[in-house]
Amino acid sequence: MTKSDLINEVAEQLPELPRKQVELLVNTVFGSMSDALAGGDRIEVRGFGSFHVRQRAARVGRNPKTGEEVQVAATRVPFFRVGKELRERVNRG
Amino acid sequence: MTKADIIESVYEKIGFSKKEAAEAVEVVFETMKSTLASGEKIKVSGFGNFVVRGKRARVGRNPQTSEVITISERKVLTFKPSQVLKDALNQNSNDI
Repeated sequence: MTKSDLINEVAEQLPELPRKQVELLVNTVFGSMSDALAGGDRIEVRGFGSFHVRQRAARVGRNPKTGEEVQVAATRVPFFRVGKELRERVNRG
Repeated sequence: MTKADIIESVYEKIGFSKKEAAEAVEVVFETMKSTLASGEKIKVSGFGNFVVRGKRARVGRNPQTSEVITISERKVLTFKPSQVLKDALNQNSNDI
């Protein structure tokens, strides 16, 4: 399922809304989540899961081709932890 | 951020009432949950992919009693963030 498939499915469930509105809805949901994570915030959606940001320290890496050492900067990485309800539903299939 | 905050931004950005916004956000997550429960993956461009993966049964150990137990075969959900999201988290790389 892609984002546009998701928009179609949600539009079917909410027939009173024009598709454009549903598009805006889905984009706003993911946009606000991206913004929260970009600001270092944690997200918790009950029954679905939570997202948090982990810090990765700067390290010295190596170019595997040339063997040359390169400095790799510190980064922030998003992580997802599945919620209990969804974990059980996925496992039950 | 909780679901209430997501509802709030939907309410602010779109001309929905609070009740409509709450209902609409609920439908989005419920649709995602039933899709994933059916084993289908979801690819959200600009955010990331949610993928259901099968795990084989394996032998584990109760760390407290060191008793050997079989961990049954199961399906798990993994999230792979998109490059766009990873970049968004590292825009202000100076203040890390």
